[in-house]
Amino acid sequence: MRRHSIVTRIWHWINAAALVVLFMSGLNISNAHRHLYWGNYGFDPADAWMTVMRFPAWTTIPQRYDLAEARDWHNTSAWVFALGLLVMWVASVITRHFWRDIATQRSDWSLRALAKAVREHLPGGGADHDRPYNPVQRITYGIVLGIFLPMMVFTGLAISPGFEVAAPWMVDLLGGRQSARSLHFIFAWALFAFFVVHIVMVLTSKPLKQITRMITGGARKESTVA
Amino acid sequence: MPDIKRRTLLAGMVAMPAAACSELAETGPAGDLFDAAEDWHRSAHRTLASRQALAPEYAADERSPDIRGNGTLKVETAEYRAHEANGFADWRLSVGGLVDNPLSLSMADLRALPQRTQITRHDCVEGWSAIAEWSGPQLSALLDTAKVREGANFIVFRCADVLYGRDYYESVDMVDAYHPQTIIAHELNGAPLPEKNGAPLRMRIERQLGYKHAKYLTAIEAVASFDEIYGGKGGFWEDIGDYQWYAGI
Repeated sequence: MRRHSIVTRIWHWINAAALVVLFMSGLNISNAHRHLYWGNYGFDPADAWMTVMRFPAWTTIPQRYDLAEARDWHNTSAWVFALGLLVMWVASVITRHFWRDIATQRSDWSLRALAKAVREHLPGGGADHDRPYNPVQRITYGIVLGIFLPMMVFTGLAISPGFEVAAPWMVDLLGGRQSARSLHFIFAWALFAFFVVHIVMVLTSKPLKQITRMITGGARKESTVA
Repeated sequence: MPDIKRRTLLAGMVAMPAAACSELAETGPAGDLFDAAEDWHRSAHRTLASRQALAPEYAADERSPDIRGNGTLKVETAEYRAHEANGFADWRLSVGGLVDNPLSLSMADLRALPQRTQITRHDCVEGWSAIAEWSGPQLSALLDTAKVREGANFIVFRCADVLYGRDYYESVDMVDAYHPQTIIAHELNGAPLPEKNGAPLRMRIERQLGYKHAKYLTAIEAVASFDEIYGGKGGFWEDIGDYQWYAGI
């Protein structure tokens, strides 16, 4: 058995590419109206709970302000992202990947277990990168797969007026259309924060081996200590 | 000067895919893929919701304090100013194209038809939303009276405003044309439409973004195809900026 299943590996890279396009085209779309509101309506900057910066052209797709083209990139890669996430979730449940590698036990949430995982990753901590995921990884991946990524899909669907008529309850549940739009923005940046930490962790723990494993699968070692 | 070289190289690395992206996006496979993705969204929306499914309607106290105007805010033609000075008493709306019984309706004719009043949310493609009450006859009533012919696939809306030197116009398919909330609004929050919101007549296409809701409406036309109308993409923003014809996303 491999450390990363074929589904995980294919999804990981397709999802990474889709997220880059979604994030950068999303920054372009944000430049069209930089004010965020709560509730169902909002158009007056005076009512905004936050006004975000104008994202420079080099951070956006396309690399100039073009709302129409940015929406094309965004709405096209949204299909790849949402369907990919659905496939990944179905596969994780069928292959038990979720329960085996991501789901936590009560003991994983103890301060001692979390502190141990952190301590092992400090300089000289001697972390073993071949073992199953530690509690911090399980909790992080669980939050990303179970909350951050699905929330991007749900908040994205909710701000589409054509989809809203199919599930108006979704907009209500999210607190109104402008709340859904604000949450879409917040979860996008939560994912960006995960992305930064994820990259830093890979770069500081034998990056070549980690990246190779996410391509070839690598060998799975089971935990020896209970 | 290694620094300059490196900077040039970096700039090139950033600019190259960007330029490639832009070319890809305008024509060829990426453009086709974008169009396909837009169609999938429309099909998914139409499959998941009934074709007649209503956009949310709100209570009077949920309205926003104002409804922002966008695009044309003032129509700078002598003809429009004359109509305004006259309280739009002589404004006429024509219904033509592929119909058996072309119409030319006065404001009084439109007010005499059964009215639909709805408090709905207006979502702009830029991201903002406003909620207001709109009143007017349903487009379906006009189309039924005009007797739309077999072979008509789209309804085109012609407008009195000119933006960037071009006439504004828009179009929808028959599903949205016959949708119960698709009305020709002449009142906003119980008063005649202000100029910034499209006086004296504007469309409400409640399941799509704001640029579909043509303002300063002068003519409604049933057509088989909009290929030969203006830029051929079915609307003002579609023609000049490549905006999506289906604006339900």
